[in-house]
Amino acid sequence: MSAGYHIVVCGGIVPDPLQTLEPVKGPAGWGLKNELMLPAILDPWAGHALFEAANLAKNAPGSKVWLVSMGPKAKLQQVMMTIAQKVPFELVVLDGPAGGFVEAQAVGTALAEAIEAIPGLDKSRLLVFGGWMSASRGAGATLQIVGEKLGIFEQFQGVDKLEVQSGGALRLLERVEGGSYQESTLDGPPAVVGWATGELPEPPNNPQVGMQNMRLVMPALQKAKPVKVEGGPEYLSVQVPSQKRETRVVKDTPVDEIAKEIVDWLKA
Amino acid sequence: MSEMERQSMDVDIVCVGFGPAMGGFLTTLSRGLMNPDGTPAVESAVMPGMPPQVICYERADDIAAGVSGVVSKARGIRETFPDFDPAQVPLCAEVTHEKVAYLLDPHGASRRQDLLDIKDGLIRTFGKHLPFCGEHSVELPWIPPFLRKEPGLVFSLGQFNQWVGAQVMAEGVAQVWPGMPVDKALVEDGRVVGVRLVDQGVTKQGEPDAGYMPGMDIKAALTVIGDGPVGPVGRGLDDAMGMPHGHTRRDWALGMKMVVDLPESCTLPEGFVLHTFGYPEPDIFGFLYVLPGRVASLGIFVPSWLDIPVRTAYRYLQHWITHPYLWQHLKGGVMRSWGAKSLLESGRRGEPWLVGDGYARIGEGSGTTNVLTGSGVDEAWTSGVQLAEGVLELLRAGKPFSRANLKEAYVARRRASHLEAEAKVAEKSRDGFGKGFIQGLMGMALTGFTEGKLNMCGDHRAPHERVPTLEETYYPQIPAAELARMREECRAKGEALHDAVMDRVGWPKIEYDGQLLVSHQDALLLGGKVQAPFGYADHVVFVDPQLCEECGEKICIDMCSGQAITMNPEAGVPLFDREKCVHCGACLWNCSKAHPNDPEKTNVDFRAGAGGLHSAEN
Repeated sequence: MSAGYHIVVCGGIVPDPLQTLEPVKGPAGWGLKNELMLPAILDPWAGHALFEAANLAKNAPGSKVWLVSMGPKAKLQQVMMTIAQKVPFELVVLDGPAGGFVEAQAVGTALAEAIEAIPGLDKSRLLVFGGWMSASRGAGATLQIVGEKLGIFEQFQGVDKLEVQSGGALRLLERVEGGSYQESTLDGPPAVVGWATGELPEPPNNPQVGMQNMRLVMPALQKAKPVKVEGGPEYLSVQVPSQKRETRVVKDTPVDEIAKEIVDWLKA
Repeated sequence: MSEMERQSMDVDIVCVGFGPAMGGFLTTLSRGLMNPDGTPAVESAVMPGMPPQVICYERADDIAAGVSGVVSKARGIRETFPDFDPAQVPLCAEVTHEKVAYLLDPHGASRRQDLLDIKDGLIRTFGKHLPFCGEHSVELPWIPPFLRKEPGLVFSLGQFNQWVGAQVMAEGVAQVWPGMPVDKALVEDGRVVGVRLVDQGVTKQGEPDAGYMPGMDIKAALTVIGDGPVGPVGRGLDDAMGMPHGHTRRDWALGMKMVVDLPESCTLPEGFVLHTFGYPEPDIFGFLYVLPGRVASLGIFVPSWLDIPVRTAYRYLQHWITHPYLWQHLKGGVMRSWGAKSLLESGRRGEPWLVGDGYARIGEGSGTTNVLTGSGVDEAWTSGVQLAEGVLELLRAGKPFSRANLKEAYVARRRASHLEAEAKVAEKSRDGFGKGFIQGLMGMALTGFTEGKLNMCGDHRAPHERVPTLEETYYPQIPAAELARMREECRAKGEALHDAVMDRVGWPKIEYDGQLLVSHQDALLLGGKVQAPFGYADHVVFVDPQLCEECGEKICIDMCSGQAITMNPEAGVPLFDREKCVHCGACLWNCSKAHPNDPEKTNVDFRAGAGGLHSAEN
């Protein structure tokens, strides 16, 4: 494909995964305790999607990457300071909640509307990327809804590899049971790709990429469209898995003993 | 290694380190760079037609990565934000109650002067008949005015930085990039022309490895350095430019802190500020600030004049928390985050050259900490504001950032301000602590009440000149032969000495409750996580390994906040694991051996490094 791809990455921010997360019910519904205090990062799954998108765009001349992100503007600003140094993209911001309690339907609708509104977006060349799952809420439905709202029914979830073949066909490997992959071939865009971990590591910070991005990131943040999410489910109770760590620093333990301990723990 | 060709980028102003000083600088600068109609008030030299390109690099992975509770009069902050509403910042409240308490030692294990022992005995004997005396404690009936913070603010510095960062970014003029450490300032013919970012894709030793990317050179007409007390850019500049005559950096403290969910039973009100002294060692100070939402920020300061070669801030913090005076409020609490940071307590005496051709220094690394009033954040902020005002003045006048112009525009402002006046008063206020705890308190009072006209003279040697040997410290309590045996046992087990020695001299074991009292390693995991990105060189370096081999104290191991420096069972040179380093910099100034080439430095070098502790909450 000579004209390249228009890749839209849907990626939200989440509380840094090693936080102590405690659900609390506030006037606006369920949220996380001290949510504004929690450091945020780009959702790790969305991160893989973004790095894969940037790599694909780099190898397909004429391509362009947009990152569409919904989250509280102030938090997004800080996350983008880090992300913008990694890979080139243009940012589209939706100023809305990111706690993981909003219904996937509402988030998907808002994201799809934002994608539709991107000026110059060519839907015939569109690849919608995102995380297969999310660190804030693993419903796994948001990206599918985005695709359906956009009228894209070629959807792939749990993708670890996307290859462009001669002639422009796309070969995708989706995770299935037992560590195997389902292989699919697609004539070309449009498609929705929910990434698992992909194959690419996190790129190093590059100040020149950062400089190039930030000239667009900052106006995008200023133009952020507020999203008010109404309705959705009423949760009777909310629970996040409790964090249990039992740390010991033990030196010189034989490998067999460590292995035995792990097996005992798994069996317990 | 031959010099690689490096990428280079031109900006107008490059800044190093995002803390309160840089917050003040960028906030003030941003406001002045744009006209109300949105047009640039001043034109960029590197990008004509645009406002000046201002970029700030921060080592940590977030501009609010550290954990820190602060009480501040917040004069400078309120001048910048006249309509400041504490509710805008998570974890910020007005100071409503202040207390200062002297804590007695319930275990009899701390090292107290005889006079202090006598005083404690009198308090124990007659205290029950006196007001203000509680369980192993005395609350001061009156707080000296120089220590009072009302009407001030208590807040989380991390949350405040995050809020300020958002304001700066919203202005759209300055860019703040975290996760990008700066290696050094670029100096050409005595002029600072920008900074060099650290190399990526290198081994721990700094040799090129897979994905090698030489650090980019960022060239700028003005380099603003606000990288704190242990920042390698500021310290490197001190090496290049020298320090003003008589100025040294010999007074330090390590602040180790926690953010805690208070138990339901705790009745301390929001805005409550407590300062303690006397325990776990007499000259270790403690603080507890109650923030909104039943959250408290608390911790201790372990000073450089604590002449005990075996010491760990973490264990001292736990003894302090479990002191009956505090435990009554904290029992049942839960640690939310944890962290540590070095404080440069030399204040004005540690002030470097504030400006030079092409550069200016702000914040703690520029000597803004006021040790008499126990404050530094607002002072750092104010120094940043003063520089920004000066820079705007020079930009508008089209004047270059020469030493003379920066001196007139920034240093003159600083000298004429309350910042300088108060720094002068505080300059010698803690000298007495070099002689002892009682002399230290008397010295502070003398300085405080005479506004610096009279001071207690003291011992002002560098830490590595004053730290006694273990044998001297514990004679005759622990015989030398026993110490030698303990040292050998710990070395063989790869353990630090402090726990063994503290147990031996009578400190009780800490009973972990799994919530507030946890092992040091669990604090590292539960209280945050260390970011140690792959592909960077180790930032802690033992300069002369032979000196480490021979060192009998190895305070670097004991004082390491993250247990990242550990005993090497194979040899005398400690091991360093940056996966655990919280970047507090305690190793830099606690080392008891002088640098082979510079007696004002120690045998530990603290270089530029990415990452550090990302507290679970700020």
